[in-house]
Amino acid sequence: MDAEAWRIIWFTLAVALASTALILAPAVALAWMLARREWRGKSLVETLVSLPLVMPPVAVGLLLLKSLGRRGFIGRLLHDVLSLDIVFTWKAVLIALAVMSFPLAVRGARLTFEEMNPRFEQVARTLGATQWRVFWTITLPLGWRGIVGGALLAFARALGEFGATIMVAGNIPGHTTTLSLAIFRDVELGNDDAAFRFMLCSVIFAFATVWTSELFFARRRRLA
Amino acid sequence: MNLALKNIQLPLGAFALELDLVITRRATGIFGASGAGKTSLLDLVAGLRRPTRGRIEFDGDVFTDTKARIFVSPDRRRIGYVPQDAALFPHLTVRENLRYGLDLIPTEEHRVSFEQVTRVLEIAAMLDRRIDFLSGGEKRRVACGRALLAQPRLLLLDEPLAGLDSGLKSRFMPYLLRLRDQFEIPMLYVTHEAGEIVELCEEVVVIDRGRCIAQGPVGDLFVERTEQRHELRLPTKPA
Repeated sequence: MDAEAWRIIWFTLAVALASTALILAPAVALAWMLARREWRGKSLVETLVSLPLVMPPVAVGLLLLKSLGRRGFIGRLLHDVLSLDIVFTWKAVLIALAVMSFPLAVRGARLTFEEMNPRFEQVARTLGATQWRVFWTITLPLGWRGIVGGALLAFARALGEFGATIMVAGNIPGHTTTLSLAIFRDVELGNDDAAFRFMLCSVIFAFATVWTSELFFARRRRLA
Repeated sequence: MNLALKNIQLPLGAFALELDLVITRRATGIFGASGAGKTSLLDLVAGLRRPTRGRIEFDGDVFTDTKARIFVSPDRRRIGYVPQDAALFPHLTVRENLRYGLDLIPTEEHRVSFEQVTRVLEIAAMLDRRIDFLSGGEKRRVACGRALLAQPRLLLLDEPLAGLDSGLKSRFMPYLLRLRDQFEIPMLYVTHEAGEIVELCEEVVVIDRGRCIAQGPVGDLFVERTEQRHELRLPTKPA
């Protein structure tokens, strides 16, 4: 493989990793809120969080494009206040991957919290621990396998993201091209060999990530 | 001790827990069939559930008052809780479980010491063991020790003998008696076994479908049928 192909692979891995790191903390916090608390608007938030799983990715991408573009509310704000342009840059790729993989990270963590005996956390509270302390000393150590499993699924989803990314970041060689976009481009240009090599990389990454996440989920189920 | 549950209401699916009672004896049994609302009562006292209505007061401190919008969180109540399944933290050793609450309390406030608890409950030999390697009875003892070491003002025991066979039960009961006599911490003891109440408690509160249907000295409410069998004898209503 040539230098450009390696660059695309590294860029895809880096941006997928960064998007997973970006969503992990909010996903865990939201998952805990959904699993452990009853609050007004909960079902609405649950639905909104799950939307990227069922909506056409290009539709999500269009939404992002309209809101992050210079004429969009967020995009204009970022441009005027921070002189920051998002769309058609690597930052747009990062946001698209984060939005599309967020539901999977939330689901993994939420399932873990729901399977965990709530008495552990309740007893810890009666022993004098604050909610925050209980989270760090009980919830997280008992649930980390499920959280990591969900994060790995989110990472796998980010690695393969296409629709939302091409809408909001385009397919700009050297700037926003990820593995999926490279496969699409090479097929369109008739470079079947290159497309096949990228496809093979995608399969290897996806297989390794999903398999590892299953190992974490299986271990979590055994503990539960 | 003085624990008052005033005008309490908590919906429990098919019925609501509706209580109005004052508990003053050091060892009080909460007696009733499964699903009567006994555990929910303990949860209310511990602050693990909020009533939709009512006031809970312990030794002059208001824990819950729905009218005045007062709710003291469980970590500030100093109420020790031993749940039915012991709920020992599976990722910690016995020692770490025991010290979980103890380490959160300033040393000058320690009335019950680590050595005292491990000696009385005979758990000193298992301190470095993982929870998975404990028997059912050992788990209950560790759970009692963990609750005691958090220096509670009141101890809540939710069916600590449930699920143990009769041999284990009779071996575990002396630990509960020691716990009652040597630590002098008031306790609420939930069970549906009359014999346990008779052996351990001075007073009993009888709960049926969320309501207190009787309260009084154990000797007045339980009658001995055979040597080891006791039966509840509810007072007849005056005509």
